[in-house]
Amino acid sequence: MENLNVYSSPHRASSRTTQSVMLHVIIALIPAIVAATIIFGLRALMLVLVTTACSVVWEALCCIVMKKKTTIDDLSAVVTGILLALNLPVTLPFWMAAIGSFVSICVVKELFGGLGKNFANPAIVGRIVLMLSFTSAMTNWVQPFYYNDADAVASATPLVTKSEDYLDLLLGNCGGTIGEVCALAILIGGIYLVAVKVISPVTPLAFLGSVMIFSFLVGEDPVYQILSGGVMLGAVFMATDYVTTPVTTLGKLIFGIGCGIITCVIRFYCSMAEGVSFAILFMNIVTPFIDMATKSRPFGAKKAEKKAGGADD
Amino acid sequence: MGLNRIFIKHSKNTENMPSERFLPQKVKIPLSQGMGAPNAPLVSVDEEVFVGQKIGGSDAAFSCPIHSSVSGKVTGFSEYLTSNGAVVKCVDIESDGKFTPHPSIMPPQVTNREEFISAVKASGLVGLGGAGFPTHIKLNYNPDETPVDTLIINAAECEPYITSDYREMIENTDGVLDGVRTVLKMLGIEKAIIAVEDNKPQAIKTLREKTEGESNISIFPLRSSYPQGAEKVIIYNTVKRVVKEGELPSSVGVVVMNVSSAAFINSYLKTGMPLISKRITVDGETVSEPKNLIVPIGTVVDDLLKFCKTDEEKTKRLILGGMMMGQCAHDSFLPITKTNNAVLAFKEQRKDKQTACIRCASCINACPLGLMPCEIEKAYKSGDLDALKALKVNLCMNCGSCTYVCPAKRNLAETNQLAKRLLMPRNKG
Repeated sequence: MENLNVYSSPHRASSRTTQSVMLHVIIALIPAIVAATIIFGLRALMLVLVTTACSVVWEALCCIVMKKKTTIDDLSAVVTGILLALNLPVTLPFWMAAIGSFVSICVVKELFGGLGKNFANPAIVGRIVLMLSFTSAMTNWVQPFYYNDADAVASATPLVTKSEDYLDLLLGNCGGTIGEVCALAILIGGIYLVAVKVISPVTPLAFLGSVMIFSFLVGEDPVYQILSGGVMLGAVFMATDYVTTPVTTLGKLIFGIGCGIITCVIRFYCSMAEGVSFAILFMNIVTPFIDMATKSRPFGAKKAEKKAGGADD
Repeated sequence: MGLNRIFIKHSKNTENMPSERFLPQKVKIPLSQGMGAPNAPLVSVDEEVFVGQKIGGSDAAFSCPIHSSVSGKVTGFSEYLTSNGAVVKCVDIESDGKFTPHPSIMPPQVTNREEFISAVKASGLVGLGGAGFPTHIKLNYNPDETPVDTLIINAAECEPYITSDYREMIENTDGVLDGVRTVLKMLGIEKAIIAVEDNKPQAIKTLREKTEGESNISIFPLRSSYPQGAEKVIIYNTVKRVVKEGELPSSVGVVVMNVSSAAFINSYLKTGMPLISKRITVDGETVSEPKNLIVPIGTVVDDLLKFCKTDEEKTKRLILGGMMMGQCAHDSFLPITKTNNAVLAFKEQRKDKQTACIRCASCINACPLGLMPCEIEKAYKSGDLDALKALKVNLCMNCGSCTYVCPAKRNLAETNQLAKRLLMPRNKG
């Protein structure tokens, strides 16, 4: 036999691909999407479809403009689209959602080099830009289970009302963005992601744990704090984004604790009721520094310069 | 806390297949096998040679002699291109089919450490696990500077498909144990640990039965994971000692020897027949009759593939060694060397699409030596030599775990080797 194909070792690879990782995340998001549809009606599902479709189209257009091979088949744009939608109130006009996905995909992701190169979580920045641009539309909370716009009753998030009981918070019977209200659906997704080894449980646990401890220390209700607002969604799906969070376990721990502390500081001491987005954005920005400080320790490595002539068997 | 590891399919299809002897018509014996200086030929064309006759030697200390594996006539010299790009000279010998041993073959007189080490050198033994480090150099540590108290016999065989060491343990249990006892006695080492992965329960059981009552030999079952057989890994996992960067195992009082090497030492001391054959697993997708074969060194791989009824049409990849660390060959006309332990033939590999690194940290969590392959790749691409040094890419042993787990399908292990090359002093080239 001649002219065989030659590759470098190893000659076998695991079946996990970037696409399958993203697919797992999408599967993990399904409970939250279903919960959103039940709680806020079909318009919530429409919103998810709109942001997802827009995200994919924006990415495809970017690839054409930037003259690179299309990357939409890695499904990362789908994940970004779904996550953005879950961070929006059900009444948000679709054109605003489209602008949000433009910011997420074109500005935050593609302008910085595409998949793997963005410095911040695209969905988070999309949400923040919408929040600052269309504040009233972005804080137009409606009561759950009032599917018809005409009957919609204005509401407030539990962080403002501070009156819901734990069960309502867990099941999502409260005001808020379509994806954040049902903590149970998010938890199911999170457990799935840990079970299929897509995310490490370190970040969410550090995030939620530090929020609870901080809340307890300042006399707030720890359980209420992690079940309300965007903490659960942020901890499970946003703070575990590979690209914008540290790579080592120690780094992930620091990242999670940082997110928890900043969230609490904003919630308890600033004029805004919610601080999860800013907390994660801030920690995204310091991620390169966390990475630098928490490099893994090579086995048996010597601190000083290596002496010449070591033989490896 | 244990070292990182990965779990891969074992595919040990040939574990219950007793070894058969394969006797080729002609052999092509490379004059450079394993590590060490290349040897000069000691025979000429048309010269008659016998089994075990020394046909290649070198005066360099870091070298290992080469012996004829058949009896017959030297037909000429040829060259072949190895997978890593080196051109190696070979002695071509046509077998007379009689396998007549050379008259000088007789058991060596070994009574002390020095005689033992020079006997090992004369036997032509190099590490049979694959790296091919000359065994006499490994054993010739200075007991005053680096006293060794433990001999670890590496019988992990963590690579998929390969079962040659396993067959050695099953078929030649007494030979393995006698070899271990001899090494302990000759080098004055207190105890031996035979480390076997727990996917070989039969070997563990048999070895335990035959060493009952011997307090200085213990059998250590290792959890089946990859890369258990890597030297630093097996030392850490058995005796929890850390071999420092650039140091040899003797620096922590350990010598590691492959199980087949130990068995060979025993047979050499009893018969005087140098290293002229090797147990090889022939397997893979396109091999219809996978086998364990005992083959003379220098047997052409093509003959083995034909013997095992390989589908030549479908074979697109030929791997010498294991799936994880073996090297691809570009044709099947190259010889079996002392360091081969498997020949694997496969169809084309399914190549998943490569994407940008998504920083998932799978490679970091897989690297047994705690390196950061994704960061090394970044530093390599930007040509940042200082960062590569700080990331200790020089420690990489090319086990391939990082490439295996990478969802973005990046060639991380390959990049590590390129990065290591980049750090080497220029004058070596």
